[in-house]
Amino acid sequence: MTATGTAARETPEVKTVSNRPLTEKPVLTGSEIVCRALEDEGVDTVFGYPGGAVIPLYDSLPGAGFHHVLVRFEQWAALAAEGYARATGRPGVCLVTSGPGATNLVTGLADAMLDSVPIVAITGQVIQPLIGRDAFQEVDITGITLPVTKHNYLVNRIQDLAPTIKEAFHLATTGRPGPVLIDIPKTLFLQKHEYAYPESVYRRGYQPTSVPNMRQVRLAASAITKARKPLIMAGHGIMLSGATDLFRQFVEKTGIPVAHTLLGLGTFPESHPLGLGLMGMHGHKHVNDALDECDLLINIGARFDDRATGQVSGFAQNAFVVHVDIDPAEIGKNVRTDVPVVGDAREVLKLLVPEVPAGQHDDWVAWIDSRRDRVLDEALEERPAWPEPYTIIKTIAEATKGEAIVTTDVGQHQMWAAQHFGFDHPDRWITSGGLGTMGFGLPSAVGAKIGRPDLEVWAVVGDGGFQMSSNELATAVQENLDINIAVINNGYLGMVRQWQDLFHAKNYSEVKIGAPNFEKLAEAYGITGITVRSDAEIRPAIERARAIPGPVLIDFVIEPEANVWPIVPPGAANSGLLHQQRFEG
Amino acid sequence: MKNRHILSVLVEDHPGVLNRVVSLMRRRSFNIDSITVGHSEQPGVSRMTIVVIGQDEEVEQAGKQLYKLMEVLKVIDVTPLNCVAHELALIKVAAKSQTRSEILQIAQIYNARVVDASPTTLLIEATGPETQVDGLLTMLKAFGIRELVRTGPVAMMRGSTTVGVKDSSRPEREMAVASNGTTAHVN
Repeated sequence: MTATGTAARETPEVKTVSNRPLTEKPVLTGSEIVCRALEDEGVDTVFGYPGGAVIPLYDSLPGAGFHHVLVRFEQWAALAAEGYARATGRPGVCLVTSGPGATNLVTGLADAMLDSVPIVAITGQVIQPLIGRDAFQEVDITGITLPVTKHNYLVNRIQDLAPTIKEAFHLATTGRPGPVLIDIPKTLFLQKHEYAYPESVYRRGYQPTSVPNMRQVRLAASAITKARKPLIMAGHGIMLSGATDLFRQFVEKTGIPVAHTLLGLGTFPESHPLGLGLMGMHGHKHVNDALDECDLLINIGARFDDRATGQVSGFAQNAFVVHVDIDPAEIGKNVRTDVPVVGDAREVLKLLVPEVPAGQHDDWVAWIDSRRDRVLDEALEERPAWPEPYTIIKTIAEATKGEAIVTTDVGQHQMWAAQHFGFDHPDRWITSGGLGTMGFGLPSAVGAKIGRPDLEVWAVVGDGGFQMSSNELATAVQENLDINIAVINNGYLGMVRQWQDLFHAKNYSEVKIGAPNFEKLAEAYGITGITVRSDAEIRPAIERARAIPGPVLIDFVIEPEANVWPIVPPGAANSGLLHQQRFEG
Repeated sequence: MKNRHILSVLVEDHPGVLNRVVSLMRRRSFNIDSITVGHSEQPGVSRMTIVVIGQDEEVEQAGKQLYKLMEVLKVIDVTPLNCVAHELALIKVAAKSQTRSEILQIAQIYNARVVDASPTTLLIEATGPETQVDGLLTMLKAFGIRELVRTGPVAMMRGSTTVGVKDSSRPEREMAVASNGTTAHVN
């Protein structure tokens, strides 16, 4: 199977300011300026929810050159914008009102911040004379979101509006991407000003390093030449920089196996002999063994997150560490680095690929392969009676030929999906990595499907997370989105229950969670619901869901106490991972 | 080992910039000992002097995080450099007619001056390195310190070297080295 590389990123339909004569400088209201600026940024979709402070802005939406998607909760607007951005490589946009509308965005912004996803959030603010007076629906959203945005603005003058929007998109999408928030007082929407969209942005305090220092690249190349047991740790940065094609060249030329971080899944095909799959807390045994054994670790575009490294003192102890990252602050933050290479992954790989010798590491790759845990494969051959979560994930992967976009919530189902889908393409795996936001699956699927209507989209969610965001079914129905939802239903907050099982003497405190009849819930929203209670029903249900246009929900009722294996206990090194002792049940 | 570092930070003079800097230091658990802010020689550019207590690597990380703020133009750890680091203190010390002349003598030793007096107090203004101010305070303690305000140090390199940023009309390619340089962020 071949990776399609950065196809999604190479075909954006970007409308630019040049679509209009540059001499045209109409006088517009603030509302019209916002709409016009979004059009000039090439925005085709805005996820939003109206309210008092943005009523004038919503007044200008009919006739604007983009589609507004009415979500059912402001947090879903931010997460849908994230899903859109991660599926398309273009910035996602969300729009909400002041006060509670703005505070409801916060979790989504934090999620985008930790996973470096470019989104631009626009919030309405109370009229300027009332700012600081505790007015109705007033909150200091720029103050609140300071730690969870790459940058934010409170626009105070109408003439600053268009340049601020231009700058916000620039900051969100360049360097290390991230969320940018623009807070606009209602007063400004009603004022008028000549509209001229700036063509470029210059900020003296923002000069991200894109092209690396060649000396560092050569040091990295020299380390690669010498290494006998090299390993690559592939992170989200490879995807964000659109470098998957170059990365594949690099891997195939050097013959170095690839361990994927959670967000690095899809950067290199797992079906390739050098694609190892997930590392870290729920990483495969052979991947964590390889990390323990390697003499050179080349981290490209990952930030050494604690769920990936386990206890840092026991992480890749024998390895010389090369760290490629666009953010200098990530170098040495968590893990000691021998050769830092600061730059965009794509620019680094461009320079690095010609510098490294072609190589093969057959013995090393064979050693890694010999460390595979085959307990699960053997167990699955027995075909248990209940719908086994691994089988559900693998069946979705097979049915969609591994080409679907998969979004998830957070917890056991997320880890099962990460371990067993087998991602071969970039931009198909959309999950909340850094923040671990429950409820992420459905709204991000809405955003992903709208961004990539050509791809099949599956939201794999847990019964806990889905109960947080199931109201977004209404949006999926209203937009008539062909999304399939797989609820992996164990009647528990499964990951917490698993920790209580393993580390808290089975004290199942507040994890038993009831749920509505999901099939009937689906019907209440006017869509098809299917309940699956046995192994034999898995494939027919998945095929039926695929055949039905519009949203379909499948409730997979699984064994209540199924655990995710392997697991590295909290605070332990990756080498201390616990394995499945026997097949449960 | 935790050390005391003096960071000179040049920032764009925008509303809220102090909040951004301080909020960043707090949320990443960097320990600010003192912070001063004021205008620099360039219009639109403010200069902060931040004293941070931490291990060298922590302070280097603090510098890198500061650079991620859009308003931050330059961060230099001046601790290892040859610099003048002075602070200002105003000290209101209890003074009776019997003790007044002794206090004046002590002030003189420390190059401090009396800027106000009352029948029961003297207000002393002291400037200099923190250690010098500490010394003066030790000497005055016995008389009774009624009120004290210290600015924390401001710092500037000796000689003709400056930390100023270049004119804003062209892109700033130079990035200062944070204290101890395993850093690769200097390109």
